[in-house]
Amino acid sequence: MSTLTRVKEYRPQQRHLPMIATLVLLVAAYGYGASQYPAFGSGQVVFNLFINYSWLLVVAIGMTFVILTGGIDLSVGSVVALSTVLSAELLTKHGWSAPAVIVLVLAVGALLGTGMGALIHYFEIQPFIATLVGLFFARGLCLTISTEAPSIDNAVFTSIAQTQIPLPGDSHVSISVVIALVVVVIAGYVLHYTRFGRTVYAVGGSEQSAVLMGLKVARTKVSVYALSGFCSALGGLLLVFYKLSGDPLSAIGTELDAIAAVVIGGTILSGGSGYVVGTVLGVLVLGMIQTLIDFDGTLSSWWTKIVIGALLFGFIVLQRLIARRAR
Amino acid sequence: MTEPEAILRMTGIRKEFPGVVALDDVDFRMFPGEVHALMGENGAGKSTLIKTLTGVHGIDAGTIELGGSAVSFAGPPEAQRAGVSTVYQEVNLCPNLSVAENIFIGREPRRFGRIHWAGMRRRAEVLLGALDLRLDVSAGLGSQSIAVQQMVAIARALDVSARVLVLDEPTSSLDAGEVEQLLKVLRSLREDGMAILFVSHFIDQVFAIADRMTVLRNGKLVGEYRTSDITPVELVTRMIGKELEVLDDLEESAHDRSDLAAAPVFLQADGLSRKGAVAPFSLEIRQGEVVGLAGLLGSGRTELARLLFGADHSDSGTLTVDGAVVPMRTPRAGMDHRIAFSPEDRKTEGLVGELTVRENIVLALQAARGWSRPLSRKRQDELAARYVAALDIRPTSPETLVRNLSGGNQQKVLLARWLITEPRLLILDEPTRGIDIGAKTEIQRLVAKLSGDGMAVLFISAELEEVLRLSHRVTVLRDRKVVAQLDNESLTADEIMSIIAEGSSA
Ligand SMILES: Nc1ncnc2c1ncn2[C@@H]1O[C@H](COP(=O)(O)OP(=O)(O)OP(=O)(O)O)[C@@H](O)[C@H]1O
Ligand SMILES: [Mg+2]
Repeated sequence: MSTLTRVKEYRPQQRHLPMIATLVLLVAAYGYGASQYPAFGSGQVVFNLFINYSWLLVVAIGMTFVILTGGIDLSVGSVVALSTVLSAELLTKHGWSAPAVIVLVLAVGALLGTGMGALIHYFEIQPFIATLVGLFFARGLCLTISTEAPSIDNAVFTSIAQTQIPLPGDSHVSISVVIALVVVVIAGYVLHYTRFGRTVYAVGGSEQSAVLMGLKVARTKVSVYALSGFCSALGGLLLVFYKLSGDPLSAIGTELDAIAAVVIGGTILSGGSGYVVGTVLGVLVLGMIQTLIDFDGTLSSWWTKIVIGALLFGFIVLQRLIARRAR
Repeated sequence: MTEPEAILRMTGIRKEFPGVVALDDVDFRMFPGEVHALMGENGAGKSTLIKTLTGVHGIDAGTIELGGSAVSFAGPPEAQRAGVSTVYQEVNLCPNLSVAENIFIGREPRRFGRIHWAGMRRRAEVLLGALDLRLDVSAGLGSQSIAVQQMVAIARALDVSARVLVLDEPTSSLDAGEVEQLLKVLRSLREDGMAILFVSHFIDQVFAIADRMTVLRNGKLVGEYRTSDITPVELVTRMIGKELEVLDDLEESAHDRSDLAAAPVFLQADGLSRKGAVAPFSLEIRQGEVVGLAGLLGSGRTELARLLFGADHSDSGTLTVDGAVVPMRTPRAGMDHRIAFSPEDRKTEGLVGELTVRENIVLALQAARGWSRPLSRKRQDELAARYVAALDIRPTSPETLVRNLSGGNQQKVLLARWLITEPRLLILDEPTRGIDIGAKTEIQRLVAKLSGDGMAVLFISAELEEVLRLSHRVTVLRDRKVVAQLDNESLTADEIMSIIAEGSSA
């Protein structure tokens, strides 16, 4: 087919529509903010979104894999908190070195995820239930380890936290942002270009078919939960870099924010359709709404929840309509 | 001449499901370079035998040898690696992935360690080209017709360089041209020395392609025959265990239109259309009339039917029911006007596998009555028993889970569901897909009887002979346009074929 006819035939693909809608919404929200508050127009507002939400972004990427297989992971918030508590505890009370702590925390996250994945696949326990168990388990573990929120003064951690990477136009981002973006790129690559990634979509499309097609369904299903556990642990580390403390009561309700970001980004809850880029947009939308409310200054932050609820509703309706039209 | 070494040898296979012995001491063997047909009625155990071979089900007794050594596959992937490539009876693909990906997933062409998408699309085009199918391979599979999905599943199996290729009813939703193309491909694979297991309820296809056949009845082996040693009539007799009754009385009455001219028009479509689905068409169906829809796959048969039922809404035109214009925008509207639509895709649009036969049968009737007026259990049992008997659904217990029924028996349950709603217009989309010849005759007889009692029927089938046998009038579609509407008096399949080929009535 010649390039010319390709161009002529280009229509946004149906499955890209929810994502495009999110992008439009994001730009509109930014435009609105810039028109209302002069300071909003500066590039740094956008970069701050990334700085403030890089940890949530990483968590939501893990969630994207899980939701693409048609599952759900409710444990992410607790695993984030567990990671912060573990870091603080080991660094401050036991004098572990930073690299050892980082490796351990990531391993614990991946291990918890693998455990939940195994429960789900081999014992056929609903993902909702298995990860709910994970939620309570990890949160309980947090509180057994520590009931307070010590702050961290480890040299490596503070230097990662405080390093600013300058960008043109007098802006800057943090190391966490770079880490989060690397995760996004890797996730996008894995989903699009590897067998594991394509199997994730296949399982979400029809698990039974995937089995009969000879795909490695068991391994894939367990892996996505392991991956989500790993991402939550990494998200937890980014949160530590951001706050420099380990709080057993942090990140409560994060699972819902992550799920909301994934769904707003156009990934379908029943699985099989969605993109990591959508999830990035979803996280940015959540952050943008929060920022707008902060700039306004008179609205309580509960407005965020209400707006997110309304948005989620809007997107689910949009998805339904699209799904119906595509038939 | 000494017999060559069998590539596959299954001996004394036994498989029990709770309450049913699906296979009882069955022997089966295949030689390289032959097409071997596995024959039997619905529920005879054909699919089960295949699934025990590929490790979907374990066996309770018996041995399986592949290429001389005993095997016992833990599941389809293992069988596939050992060179047994299978297309199961139900299309098992992922609707959310593209056509190309469905062919290659699990063994995508890779370059620099990553999936080579462009190469994959090219190879998909070549593979489908060999099946004479040209389409946009990056389009989603879910938006394709069942026939295309079936071809994609076959293409997927063909791509594996297998020693044994297993096709469980690959032709049930293909039209004549596509079947021919598939048989051609199978012949060339046979030349290359592949052993092909072929299941079909179409006797003529089996005789056209098979070198040898094995007949099963009620889970037991009846015998193995060379195609040259058996006649179609003998084969059918062995399959059903008695002689097949012929349908000549039906042919007589079916085409008699004399009293139809006076019958009131039940449904009339004027200039109805939907963009991308069907061009504007007009059609009327009288009470007691059977209108057949003929046309190739993708010619718009299903799409036309969906408009009449309200499953899709039309962009233009009007629909008149009983002389009054009605907006037919939802299936609910169709049901309110007592139009029933039995869809072709029983898996996604029809049956609930986790419910019993009885529950599936009463589902539509219950929905039509509204959930506030539940059918009594006694009435449900009565209805279920009646239709299980009328359509010869096996096993005969209405409390069997539909999921555990054989493919053909599931199709019968779907049909029963719509029949009991006693609709005034019954739209049947490929109702005899995957149904054995004995039961097919029963269903055709039933349709003829219902229309005799005044029910209007829109009958869609890829099998022209069947359309001709039942219909009073035949509407021919081509490229999503109605190209001819003919009275079925002395119409032949060849005449319809040439209209389909040329695109207009001579
Ligand atoms: N998973 C299962 N659980 C219980 N019974 C089953 C199961 N699968 C098949 N059966 C039963 O085994 C018997 C053989 O079924 P099978 O699907 O092999 O028939 P078939 O010859 O392929 O028929 P068809 O032509 O209709 O496809 C049937 O009585 C069926 O009800
Ligand atoms: Mg079968």
